[in-house]
Amino acid sequence: MSSALSGATIDAARPAPPEGRRPRRARRTTPRNTLGRGAGLGLGIAMVWFSILVLLPLSAVVAAAAEGGWGNYLDVLRNDQTWAAVTLTVGQAALVTVINIVVGTVIAWVLVRDRFWGKSLLDVIIDVPFALPTIVAGLVLLSLYGPNSPMGVHWAFTPNAVTLALAFVTLPFIVRTVQPVLEELETDVEEAAASLGAGRLTIFRRILLPSLTPAIAAGAALSFARAISEYGSLVLLSGNKPFETEVVSVRVLTFIENGSNASAAALASIMLFVALVVIVALDLVQRRVARRW
Amino acid sequence: MKKIKIAVATIATGVLALTGCGSTSGGSDSGDGETININAFSVMEAANEPVIEDFQGTDAGADTTFETSYGASGDQSRGVADGNAASVVHYSLETDVTRLVDAGLVAEDWKDNATNGIATSSVVVFVVRKGNPEGIEGWDDLIEPGVEIITPNPGSSGSARWNILAAWAHIVGAGGTEDDAKGFLTSLLGNTIALPGSGREATTAFTDGSGDVLLSYENEAILAKQSGADIDYVVPDDTLLIENPAAATTDAGEAGQAFLEFLTSPEAQADYAQSGFRPVVDGVEIEDVEGANDPADPFPAPGTLYTIDDTFNGWAEAADKFFGDGEEGNPLGIITELQQSTGKVGDE
Repeated sequence: MSSALSGATIDAARPAPPEGRRPRRARRTTPRNTLGRGAGLGLGIAMVWFSILVLLPLSAVVAAAAEGGWGNYLDVLRNDQTWAAVTLTVGQAALVTVINIVVGTVIAWVLVRDRFWGKSLLDVIIDVPFALPTIVAGLVLLSLYGPNSPMGVHWAFTPNAVTLALAFVTLPFIVRTVQPVLEELETDVEEAAASLGAGRLTIFRRILLPSLTPAIAAGAALSFARAISEYGSLVLLSGNKPFETEVVSVRVLTFIENGSNASAAALASIMLFVALVVIVALDLVQRRVARRW
Repeated sequence: MKKIKIAVATIATGVLALTGCGSTSGGSDSGDGETININAFSVMEAANEPVIEDFQGTDAGADTTFETSYGASGDQSRGVADGNAASVVHYSLETDVTRLVDAGLVAEDWKDNATNGIATSSVVVFVVRKGNPEGIEGWDDLIEPGVEIITPNPGSSGSARWNILAAWAHIVGAGGTEDDAKGFLTSLLGNTIALPGSGREATTAFTDGSGDVLLSYENEAILAKQSGADIDYVVPDDTLLIENPAAATTDAGEAGQAFLEFLTSPEAQADYAQSGFRPVVDGVEIEDVEGANDPADPFPAPGTLYTIDDTFNGWAEAADKFFGDGEEGNPLGIITELQQSTGKVGDE
């Protein structure tokens, strides 16, 4: 996450080209190979570590899925129950990500720009959804929104429960990516814009948004990716009813329980692909917005 | 400087402590005593404690040490098949042991003993709210309109399959046709409001206030009552016998084999009975079982008790016939198909 953050910070700090000139494509000012001995070692460690931890397992998943042949991918998706689970999961993950983009940015804003009693406490508590074992989260949400809901909200075992659980576990992502960028952002620029007659909306659109977008996009990607793979908090709360509240990870578990490992891997790699598409799309959006200074 | 000294001292203590731990476990390994590696389904964690203690009190178990691993039955079995060390395995259904037979880790003849390879047993019961306000006594009460059922997900939880098969046996065992049974299960699944991931999660959802009836296992109901849950349970007049198999793996030494045999001794069975399991052998002296409907007579015999072997021709056949997922050439199981069709009905 920190790499996404620093990337975002650098983007934000990059000076906009002077007014009146066409924006040029950024020229590569650094030579292609800048690796000294130390940096080479660093790159080596990074690549080895990354390969062992990420590339290897990912290729193993794809290889396991390929065992069933390409037809297997189609067969998996052709199953109505699986398709329902995929659409539910992707739909809910997208919905929750959109909610997070708005609410997460607002929370980050409040945490950075406002002063109020209990702020530092709130700042610490934001991370709790990360730390809480997800099954415990499911348990807590069930007692809050189940039949004995103290608020009278009976969302357990409905698609709303999926939204709720996903929103809970993904909340910190955008807050934590946007917050440091906002902290770096000098209010001088906004004040200068205001003194030059820019309205609040203009300031938000032309100054804040371009700076925040990379961070928001990074957080949104994390949030979406986390949401489509969630299992623990849902398995208790959603009721796992086929066609209604059953998510992909439960489907995958069903395949594994029946020994259909290739199908499980196929479904998993389909979800990986969906995540990849969304992450790339978010990156494109972010570049667009950031360029539109 | 002082800080560094403290840091060094702390690290040294930590290292000593770690090596200390290492040498104690290593030491017990190298002595006469054998380490028995138990790999079992979750509920056994508490149930096995007194059994292990009693075993260590016998001659065969005197110097043994135990390493235990508990979790969802299917996950545990897949773990062992993929190389997790285990000398005695104890799972909630036979297919999880069969997986290890196929992997060459358990002998083909593991069922050739007095209990057919079964170490613990229970029956499928209905857990209801205190005082049974819905008046649920038998299977047919479950499909009344408006009755809300919770049962663990038979797709992802192996042990949940006992419950569904019990419902099937209720129709087919009484002479009904498969179509009758499908009709009954369609109504039952139609009344089902949640299919949590495991038996324990289903209990949690129920004790938390959801649903009118929880399909569960007698031992799970007794355990829930022992831990103070405000529930009652009903043993229906006809139900399915749940049989949990245990086996020794090729890694098991003499002590491991002895422990497996000890599991079905009257002494161990009496311990298991305290955790709510029905004895699998005769001649077990059962003391009062706290949490049972009648602690003095904790395991009343149902009018008709169906078994997986007699009613379903064994797990090998039942697993595919009822729960096959239709993937990779697997047959599409009857229940899987019903779930897909009831789901669609609910969708429209």
